[in-house]
Amino acid sequence: MSRKKTEQEYRKTFAFRFFRWLNAEEDRYLDKVEMHPQEPYVETEEDIRRRQREKNALLNKLYGRKKSKSVRYLELFYKGACIVFCGILIYLLLLTVSYLPPIGVADRPVNNEVSRRYIEEGLDETGAVNIVSGMILDYRAFDTLGESHVLFVATVTVLILLRADHKKKERSSAGEEMAYSLEEAEINDRNYEPKNDAILQMAACILVPIIIIFGIYVILNGHLGPGGGFSGGAIIGAGLILYLNAFGFQKTQRFFTEKTYKWVSFGSLSFYCIAKSYSFYTGANHLENIIPKGTPGAILSSGLILPLNIAVGLVVACTMYAFYVMFRKGGF
Amino acid sequence: MTVFTYMLMGFLVCCAVSVSLSKNLLNSILIYMSYSLVMSIIWVILESPDLAITEAAVGAGVTSILFFVTLKKIHAIDEREKRKKHEQEED
Repeated sequence: MSRKKTEQEYRKTFAFRFFRWLNAEEDRYLDKVEMHPQEPYVETEEDIRRRQREKNALLNKLYGRKKSKSVRYLELFYKGACIVFCGILIYLLLLTVSYLPPIGVADRPVNNEVSRRYIEEGLDETGAVNIVSGMILDYRAFDTLGESHVLFVATVTVLILLRADHKKKERSSAGEEMAYSLEEAEINDRNYEPKNDAILQMAACILVPIIIIFGIYVILNGHLGPGGGFSGGAIIGAGLILYLNAFGFQKTQRFFTEKTYKWVSFGSLSFYCIAKSYSFYTGANHLENIIPKGTPGAILSSGLILPLNIAVGLVVACTMYAFYVMFRKGGF
Repeated sequence: MTVFTYMLMGFLVCCAVSVSLSKNLLNSILIYMSYSLVMSIIWVILESPDLAITEAAVGAGVTSILFFVTLKKIHAIDEREKRKKHEQEED
């Protein structure tokens, strides 16, 4: 059995002295060397002036602050060249404007047969009552495909830029009771969620269902009235953000995680690609398109426009929400 | 109707100028939001409701929220931080 030593006995042992030496706790010079407190350093005016002179000399040597004649001429030339360049640029731009066709003339390039055809035959060819929707999702569907992909690429870029470190995330999710360092709290501010603001939660309870239903209405009604995939998706995304703000990340994670985002975006974009490839293929080869147009004005009409609207709306809603989440805490 | 349109246009110009002149970043975002709202009304007057819906949802809604989050991330609207700085300056 080991015997407990008292503190004074322990102080005499070798181990105590060894650890004291190891930890450098002993001050060898205490009570042995006479010490004076250091006098505060006072700078005289002479010293300051000398220091300034030395600093200036050093700066001159390094950066050539004291300009030589050639440097001064170069700077003058630089300023002059800037002014001349700007003048030339303004002149060129104004010249281009003057070459634009005059407003209100009958044979402007805007007044070609394309717009007339859109207006006159758009209803028959696309089946959409809303001409704008018929244009962007049928005649110019390729543009809209590009826009959806631009949004997707933008989210991916934000994901790469703002993504929080994976290790840190694991650590913070493992120990919830742990005190978080400031840095961690800054990256992952989910730890202070939800704030349970009564007013915000009440407002969200009333507003979020209405906002999301309005968004769905705008998407589904895109070929009949104003609206469409992009605006409806943005409305739904705004509703999701409001819900997230009111109730915190834990509630939204039940139905929207990174996986959801990935699969919804991937599914919608690939559906868009495949559907439009089919219609391009049949259109280019003058084949019969098997997708029925339906009666104009009915909700199930205008061929591919309704499903394409839904696809675009899903992508945009997910992207808006993902942007917000990424900005908030760098990851879902 | 034209008087109303001119009033909106004037408001638009005022907003655009005051966004860049405002010293408080939070204020400039709020002014930017109202700019987008007025812009969406103007789109309705110009008979393009599609654009109006998009402008109201994206311009006034999502973009401003992203601006807010960015400001919070760079501690531009953190009140406690500001107070701390103020105290340090007074010391």
